[in-house]
Amino acid sequence: MVTEPLSQRSNAEPKMRARDVSVFYGDKKAIDAVSIDIPSEYVTAFIGPSGCGKSTFLRAFNRMNDTIASARVEGTIELDGEDIYKSGMDVVQLRARVGMVFQKPNPFPKSIYENVAYGPRIHGFAEGKADLDAIVERSLRRAGLWEEVKDRLAESGTALSGGQQQRLCIARAIAVEPEVILMDEPCSALDPIATAKIEELIDELRGRYAIVIVTHSMQQAARVSQRTAFFHLGSLIEFGETSQIFTTPRESRTQDYITGRYG
Amino acid sequence: MSPAFLVLLALGLGLAAWLVARARAWGYKRAEPARRLAALPVYHGWYAALWVVLPVLLFAFAWSLMAPQLIAQSVLASPAAAELPAFGMERTTILSEARAVATGAAPAVFNPVAQELVEPYREAIGRYSAIGLVATLLIAFAGGAWAFLRLKPDFRARTKVERAVMVVLLIASLMAILTTLGIFASLIFETVRFFGMVSPFDFLFGTNWGPDPMGPADSPDGSRYGALPLFWGTIYIGAIIAMIVAIPLGLMSAIYLTQYANPRLRQWLKPALEILAGVPTVVYGYFAALTVAPAIRDIAIAFGIENASSESALAAGLVMGIMIIPFVSSMADDSIAAVPQAMRDGSLAMGATTNETIRRVLVPAALPGIVAGVMLAVSRAIGETMIVVMAAGAAANLSANPLEAMTTVTFQIVAMLTGEGSFDHPATLSAFALGFVLFLVTLALNFIALRVVKRFREAYE
Repeated sequence: MVTEPLSQRSNAEPKMRARDVSVFYGDKKAIDAVSIDIPSEYVTAFIGPSGCGKSTFLRAFNRMNDTIASARVEGTIELDGEDIYKSGMDVVQLRARVGMVFQKPNPFPKSIYENVAYGPRIHGFAEGKADLDAIVERSLRRAGLWEEVKDRLAESGTALSGGQQQRLCIARAIAVEPEVILMDEPCSALDPIATAKIEELIDELRGRYAIVIVTHSMQQAARVSQRTAFFHLGSLIEFGETSQIFTTPRESRTQDYITGRYG
Repeated sequence: MSPAFLVLLALGLGLAAWLVARARAWGYKRAEPARRLAALPVYHGWYAALWVVLPVLLFAFAWSLMAPQLIAQSVLASPAAAELPAFGMERTTILSEARAVATGAAPAVFNPVAQELVEPYREAIGRYSAIGLVATLLIAFAGGAWAFLRLKPDFRARTKVERAVMVVLLIASLMAILTTLGIFASLIFETVRFFGMVSPFDFLFGTNWGPDPMGPADSPDGSRYGALPLFWGTIYIGAIIAMIVAIPLGLMSAIYLTQYANPRLRQWLKPALEILAGVPTVVYGYFAALTVAPAIRDIAIAFGIENASSESALAAGLVMGIMIIPFVSSMADDSIAAVPQAMRDGSLAMGATTNETIRRVLVPAALPGIVAGVMLAVSRAIGETMIVVMAAGAAANLSANPLEAMTTVTFQIVAMLTGEGSFDHPATLSAFALGFVLFLVTLALNFIALRVVKRFREAYE
């Protein structure tokens, strides 16, 4: 594995730090001893062919793998220097700090308002209705959805178009004020126009949150990310500046993948 | 010639046609080994067999309806029938007596007039069975010949058989629906008769139930046919007490099974729960009457309620609720499991606990399915008879006290139909009116439940 130090802000503490992380499904090793640093205020992209374990690895960052009975994680992942796999870790708090957007838009079968208000409500963020209204509006604005839905907040979130649903899911994640947002192929179910909107949104959100995005599309990684990690068969092959990965990869396998020789 | 014999004959002829047609198809194959038949020889066999059997079965069915009428007509036309009384029971008795002797079902007649008719009867029966037999054979041979003439190497017997099978299946599925319609029609008929004697207003809104099967049949006392206590008892036991038990327990067990139980436990627990639905209701009835009802009485007495009876709505309702748990839990289980995993993940990923996820996302999303399950359970509970017969008592009380004996619609249907009143007495006929109301209510509940389930399926597919 080759790690390229950040050229800018190389002295900054990473937001999340994975060390020798392996993920198993039963006896099968899906991720093999990966170490990586996730900087805050940047978009980090995980790329690689299908089945390379990038989504599995992403789900290790907010312990969503816990919901799969056979999954097991080894190694350490730190959030601000605190091991999230240590015993006594509050998973609920962790997931409030490390939000997630899924591959397929999954709004709850509730109104648009209730979808966004869901997180603040369960975490008790809002003091009264006015406060909650403000959080909902702010989150929808940041997700670039406010103008489109402000007159129909009571309508069901499932009635929106696919792209709007995905932005609703992003608004829902933002409403909890996370520090990290994990995005698992957020555009794979969307058309090119909706994809462009989401990419624009990711770019706007960049300064505020540490964003990790798993993507199939190398163009997307090139467009939205500053750092790219290339995975293959459960191993991290190469990690570095996005521009460097796409122009002068060190590893021949990275070169083969980005030039379309396999994948 | 009895219809059963005609059916057996048809099957025998069908077998013969099957063998002959199949042999013929094999013959084509042997004659031109290089050529491929359009259908396997066995399909040629089935095609011919169907052409023999189906027309004969249709004929046998029609003939079994027609023949008795034709026989009776020809007997009445005989000179001996002139001595018959013109109308009434005596005439019917004499005719049926003569028929019984003629067919050998009875050794001799009591009425000398009947003796005269035995011979004409015997003659008519013989004549018409000969006609039936000949017609059957003609139809069978005509069908067989038609089928046989159409057999060719490139005859598509396979598609034809396929279509015939579809028609047979269609008839089978219509059978159940037609039977239900028939039941409904007979219910309506008797109900109309009942409402000719007792006003529907007295029946639906009267509060006093105590039909007197021995009272005068032509001027019944409408004030004794108030079914409101029965409707109340049915709803109180089946839709209130039973559901207070079944809804929370069923829902909680469904949530545990889908969300918390590990797969191995679930594998055992779910079938075990569903076995509850297979226990005969009469066994629940024992349990209610012999164990639960006395226990409730003892507890009530211990709390100082002196007049607690050993038969109570509470005992019947509780046991019925237990019986219904599998219905509620299996529908709730299915609908919770049908909520996409993505919903659950979405909620958990926002830092919701499993419990919050269940309460705020899964149950609301599964609600239509759960409601439908509850409705099916209610319609099952209000139609339930054995438990209330054994544990709820027979007193038609209009009371909200669960420790009192109560009675239900189903119980009274049994009581009225098996009572000592004659069949056209309003007390007996009231059973049909009760059945009619019950039928309408359960039909409506099932209809709404199915609509709700359908809507909810559309939401996720």
